Amino acid sequence: MLRQIEGSRAIAETVALCRPEVVCAYPISPQTHIIEAVGAMVKAGTLAPCEFINVESEFAAMSVAIGASATGARAYTATASQGLLFMMEAVYNAAGLGLPIVMTLANRAIGAPINIWNDHSDAMAVRDSGWIQLFAESNQEAADLHVQAFLLAEELSVPVMVCVDGFILTHAVEGIDLLEQSFVDSFLPPYEPRQVLDTKAPVSIGAMVGPEAFEEVRYLAHLRQLDALERIPEIAQEFFEATGRESGGLVRPYRIEDAEVIVVAMGSVLGTLKDTVDERRNAGELVGVLGVTSFRPFPSEAVRNALANASQVVVLEKAFSIGAGGVLSTDIAIAMHRDETILRTVVAGLGGRAITRRSLEKVLEDASHNQLAPLTFLDLDHEAVDRERARMQATRRSGPSAENLLRDRNTVSQGAKE
Amino acid sequence: MTSQRVHFYQIGSFAVGNRLLDQEERTVQAQADRANSIDSGHRACQGCGEALGARYALDAAMRATNGQIVAVNATGCLEVFSTPYPETSWRIPWLHSLFGNAPAVATGVAAALRVKGVKDVRVVAQAGDGGTVDIGFGCLSGMFERNDDVLFICYDNQGYMNTGVQRSAATPPAARTATTEAVGPEPGNTFGQGKDLPRIAMAHNIPYVATATVADLHDLERKVERAMEIRGARYLHILVPCPLGWGSASDETIHVARLAKESGLFPVFEAEGGVIRSVSRIRRPVPVEEYLSLQRRFAHLFGAHPRPDVIARIQSMADENIARYGLFAPESAEESV
Repeated sequence: MLRQIEGSRAIAETVALCRPEVVCAYPISPQTHIIEAVGAMVKAGTLAPCEFINVESEFAAMSVAIGASATGARAYTATASQGLLFMMEAVYNAAGLGLPIVMTLANRAIGAPINIWNDHSDAMAVRDSGWIQLFAESNQEAADLHVQAFLLAEELSVPVMVCVDGFILTHAVEGIDLLEQSFVDSFLPPYEPRQVLDTKAPVSIGAMVGPEAFEEVRYLAHLRQLDALERIPEIAQEFFEATGRESGGLVRPYRIEDAEVIVVAMGSVLGTLKDTVDERRNAGELVGVLGVTSFRPFPSEAVRNALANASQVVVLEKAFSIGAGGVLSTDIAIAMHRDETILRTVVAGLGGRAITRRSLEKVLEDASHNQLAPLTFLDLDHEAVDRERARMQATRRSGPSAENLLRDRNTVSQGAKE
Repeated sequence: MTSQRVHFYQIGSFAVGNRLLDQEERTVQAQADRANSIDSGHRACQGCGEALGARYALDAAMRATNGQIVAVNATGCLEVFSTPYPETSWRIPWLHSLFGNAPAVATGVAAALRVKGVKDVRVVAQAGDGGTVDIGFGCLSGMFERNDDVLFICYDNQGYMNTGVQRSAATPPAARTATTEAVGPEPGNTFGQGKDLPRIAMAHNIPYVATATVADLHDLERKVERAMEIRGARYLHILVPCPLGWGSASDETIHVARLAKESGLFPVFEAEGGVIRSVSRIRRPVPVEEYLSLQRRFAHLFGAHPRPDVIARIQSMADENIARYGLFAPESAEESV
């Protein structure tokens, strides 16, 4: 039954259906509504048994989850942006210890300048941490992915991060079909830890490993992610058979069969992209979209197959590696290993800048005419940047560029400082 | 009761008395079937105060809980010398995560036990002074504030010894460390308050806070036993001399710890609900020189260019402790718990 609810609410209710035993909460926008809703359910007793712990930082949130998971409890938390970076050391540690924690990441930009709006910089910052990273395209998928995430995490002893576009999804109210408790209970068996703090069979967890075996330990983690490449589509298929919903999987192709230009992207922008592709198709352009749902593990083979017949691939990314270029693009390039395919990177939507259909149409049009630069920043105000560069050239103490650019673009009153 | 044949090689030390007692009066640690949280064969330095403190504290916790304890360990000497895989000295479930998160990890362990309805297994978290007063401080304060059911033990050797003797916020003034070298007009660590963690812990109004040294191990054991009778956040701060970092002889660890207490520099007390309930009085008062001069980290205060002015400042710190905690108070005040 469809219910008109906020994405965060749908995620919270789905997480509750997964019967988490320890949930740690630290507020950071835009994930707060999720953790608030879970907290209320625990407080009211509708989610029980569950320990809801208000911690003093994200670093503590992940650390509490580590302790709980190592003691055999199903542990969950949610964060975003700075919060993810603040818990970074523990994020790596959870993966290194092989603890199947599930965390929602409400994707948000990273400061400075401080910015609460959506992009994917936070997820990219932890892409090498050993966590599985799944990107939701819609709120329905965001909710559904959490059930799959717990199953995947606990089967493989690998933590899973469900990446959900902040505000665009977390705060959007739309019709969502929530799962039944009976289905979740049958789909997701109780957590059986591979290692656990047990006084009846004491083990030491987390001790030092030297060069004698460190590489093997890391390679084993890699193999578990490769196992996930097998399990992610299987789990999505099982889920589809039970619910009729296509949530999860490795990649999601859209109208790529005969496409000459394929745009690759992750997250909620895929919806806008598909609409744009439909429109360009009507105008006679052979364009398609490839959504990447599983960013880690990276589905190289599925990507290679999907892009095999394209003459041009445009990777639309909500993040980039400063001083280098696209992040997802790099993975795509390695996966394709085809010199004859033109690869273009379009960086878009940084810090919440709206990615409009009009702008995407221009991208597709330019791509079709082979006019895209190797690295494009969508809707970038080059003149404003040039003027700031000139100011910096003219004056040593030119001040905070972030403020200067806002003034330059007339976003704040010119008179405010004068 | 089983026992081991005793060699009286310790004659002249305070420890020998135990061996001369009747079997039933001997300490538990003298018995072969004692609790054994940390097995022998680990890599601690000779004379390590932390290894001694940890053994007594955790063995006491094991006895108090019938062996039902889980230990969480911060990164540091104790973690390193007790484990590197594939070896481990730990005979209890033991988890090391990071340097700064042991209190929060312990909170997670306690929460998992609670949610699973396990009431008899108790959680002990432990760290050195760096992992407690510096990098772990935020998590520790959070664990205290929530009154999570964790006994947190700080083994205070007054510096980052595992990384090569650097200053921490528990390093005493004037002490030489690798980051407060004994050079310049004010050699060694600067004077300041540092972080007095036991008092900060008391300010959280947690049910139990105590300090101890490895010079009085029965006092340490008693405090652990008392802590395990209580639910909620408990804090035990143990002074553990580090022969390497302090530049003291490895056979002087107990002596140095005793002088820290007897000089007044390290007050030994017990507090419940934020109120001091007992103090260990000074039995044989000593000037701070007697404590300082045994340690090379204070060598620059003595010798060819002595610094009586600096020693006087340290003495005044001891005098303040003596006044604050009533370390010279009459006998009756001690047994008021």
